Amino acid sequence: MQSTPMRDEFAALSDVLAIAGAVIGLLLGITLAMLAADEVMGFHAVLFAAASAAALVFLVGNAFGTGSLAGPNYQPEVRFYADNVIKAGVVATVFWGIAGFVVGDVIAWQLAFPALNLDLPWTSFGRLRPLHTSAVIFAFGGNALIATSFYVVQRTSRARLAGRWSPWFVFWGYNLFIVIAATGYVLGVTQSKEYAEPEWYADLWLTVVWVVYLLVFLGTLSRRKEPHIYVANWFYLAFIVTVAMLHIVNNLAWPVSFTGSKSVILYAGVQDAMTQWWYGHNAVGFFLTAGFLGMMYYFIPKRADRPVYSYKLSIVHFWSLIFLYIWAGPHHLHYTALPDWAQTLGMTFSIMLWMPSWGGMINGLMTLSGAWDKLRTDPVMRFLVVSVAFYGMSTFEGPLMSIRAVNSLSHYTDWTIGHVHSGALGWVAMISFGAMYCLTPWLWRRPSLYSMRLVEWHFWISTLGILLYITAMWVSGITQGLMWRAYDALGFLQYSFVETVEAMHPYYVIRAIGGLLFVAGSLIMAFNLWMTARRTVAEAGEAELGGAQPMPAE
Amino acid sequence: MDARPEIDSVTGAETTGHEWDGIKELNQPLPKWWLYVLYACIVWSIGYWVAYPAWPLISGYTRGLAGYSQRETVGQRIAEARAAQGQANAAIAKASVEEIQASPDLLQFAMAGGRAAFGDNCAPCHGRGAQGAKGYPNLNDDDWLWGGKLADIQQTVLYGIRSTAGETRASAMPRFGQDQILERGQISDLAEQVLALSGNPHDAAAAERAKPLFADNCAACHGETGKGNRELGAPDLTDAIWLYGGAKADIVRSIETGRGGVMPAWAGRLDAGTIKKLTVYVHSLGGGQ
Repeated sequence: MQSTPMRDEFAALSDVLAIAGAVIGLLLGITLAMLAADEVMGFHAVLFAAASAAALVFLVGNAFGTGSLAGPNYQPEVRFYADNVIKAGVVATVFWGIAGFVVGDVIAWQLAFPALNLDLPWTSFGRLRPLHTSAVIFAFGGNALIATSFYVVQRTSRARLAGRWSPWFVFWGYNLFIVIAATGYVLGVTQSKEYAEPEWYADLWLTVVWVVYLLVFLGTLSRRKEPHIYVANWFYLAFIVTVAMLHIVNNLAWPVSFTGSKSVILYAGVQDAMTQWWYGHNAVGFFLTAGFLGMMYYFIPKRADRPVYSYKLSIVHFWSLIFLYIWAGPHHLHYTALPDWAQTLGMTFSIMLWMPSWGGMINGLMTLSGAWDKLRTDPVMRFLVVSVAFYGMSTFEGPLMSIRAVNSLSHYTDWTIGHVHSGALGWVAMISFGAMYCLTPWLWRRPSLYSMRLVEWHFWISTLGILLYITAMWVSGITQGLMWRAYDALGFLQYSFVETVEAMHPYYVIRAIGGLLFVAGSLIMAFNLWMTARRTVAEAGEAELGGAQPMPAE
Repeated sequence: MDARPEIDSVTGAETTGHEWDGIKELNQPLPKWWLYVLYACIVWSIGYWVAYPAWPLISGYTRGLAGYSQRETVGQRIAEARAAQGQANAAIAKASVEEIQASPDLLQFAMAGGRAAFGDNCAPCHGRGAQGAKGYPNLNDDDWLWGGKLADIQQTVLYGIRSTAGETRASAMPRFGQDQILERGQISDLAEQVLALSGNPHDAAAAERAKPLFADNCAACHGETGKGNRELGAPDLTDAIWLYGGAKADIVRSIETGRGGVMPAWAGRLDAGTIKKLTVYVHSLGGGQ
């Protein structure tokens, strides 16, 4: 890329603005730290100030070292695509993935053996559970989505990411949000909304980060050199826009004090519950489904080297998915104070959602026509394809469980947990693993992965772990549901709650073993990716260079 | 871009003619079965809306032709369940616990209800099989702290032990150690004497030293011979049953702190009939007197 005076001025302006932003962040952090009404707010303010200070030191060093304010020493960026931020995203994805899986397995063992709560507030199930869910959904899934969306939008638009520092702000800002949220949970700060536990100040920070993310994405799309926007980008864009809306509406709250960590949600009672599950279900719909479908629409055709099966199907299933998903939330509140009519809408829209969800599965699987052999020869392809199969299974199970009569058995039982994990482990994690296995050699410019055998091992170990997990939760959930509703001949409850807990024990152990396998698999992946990124091309050896590894087109 | 559609050689299908980073798209039609199942789901949903409450209006909502109301349904089911047990519950309400025990029909009903109520209310402390735990008495043996007759058990369930209820069973063993009533050495000696009373291995000299201490401090409630007193809930110290453990360290701790376990009052939380059922059930567990 040729450096022009115009671009240099833009770069200098971006640097100055970024430095100003860091100074404001630093001042805000210091002020809040001094005025903090409680310890957690004080701690988070110090954390925020430290992050701002680190950003400031880096930005100033960069700008005056070799950057835009360095005078004659200025070295403009030469690479066409902004890939370093994506590399950072890959590292963060793997790091948070392992952290989230480990915490998940710890709480799985806690459920089987409550003594593992250790009688400490910080390690109790109630605090570690949101740590697990946020770590896997937002830290692991979120970083995977940000990294892959930055990669995909650049390649399919033939344009560099918009903004000089904005992509980095999105990456670091998002991860700072995660650290604030996670440390808050462990220290007991929560607004008690499932999957939206972070308090008002963390929510505000995420809103700022997310708006910048949207601007970076839109900015990149707007400078695209392709006549049309590729389908993956529709899904990524739907994910970014809708999550912004969901996040803001569900988290409307008023802080008890502007220097304290506690706030009060604006909604009350059943309205609060409805807003929460409108948010909660669409977090599944737009974060864990639409976003990852975006990933699927790039990595599967790219890896298989085949055209997407049907353009028409991608249009119809995209719009029907977007339109129908947003209505489905009330099915989380069957047989509650939520009015019957709202339950009916939630249920029927969930049923209508079945085929739109499956459209993505069909397009993913049928893209392999003509390349099915790759399923046998390429374990990375297997991750991608099996994830779509799990996607198909859990998007069938979801509408099924939304039917009121089925829900009366499944609700509040482990069946729900099993359903969530067939989606989370089988779909979200498996497709992310596939994407990371693709991205690492592409980004670090390696001819191939360090070891295909290790990918193979990872695949089978994690698949076994998922199957143990899901089957244990099916049996446990249905047993639980049946025990809760059993009456004896005289009309008394057949089982006490304690007895149902006791009956779950073996399944909890099996589930925890499944989780352990999944953790083991992710460690294998981390090793494999590390070795891939670390070794030089010379070490890779000639033999593997012959492998059909797709390289990024530039 | 070439105006003529490109044909994919593997499937023979047309592509859309676009390409992004090497990715193309086929111009396949929507799968027929997919479209028909989608339509079927939509038609089914519309049918469901006609039959069931579905769409909000300015005031109220569309009620549907099936006349479905979750609130009414659950109200009816609860009424039916109550009605099914109505006769038996009415009889239980009129009868005393002794009369319930004497009538085979009432006893069967009370035992079933007592078992269910025990599982949800008592099992968390006393265990699912009423086997107890450290600090929570075993209800299967015939060692009763406050008495094992039907009336005694009913009284205990109704008002609890050291609970907040006015009529609660209450007694307080002094905190001999914490309140510095006795010295450490004296407490140690007393523990040896308690071990001696129950025929456990003990330091005979220490136990002998503690005899006057026992008479002065313990005998008033536990009796001269340590047989206990149910009026005061003072445990029998001569048997092998220990509420807080029979090791010397446990006994020392009991003397130091006085223990004083609490059971909540169930009157007001459970209805009188359920408490009668629980009484009969607990009495049947093995040690009823």
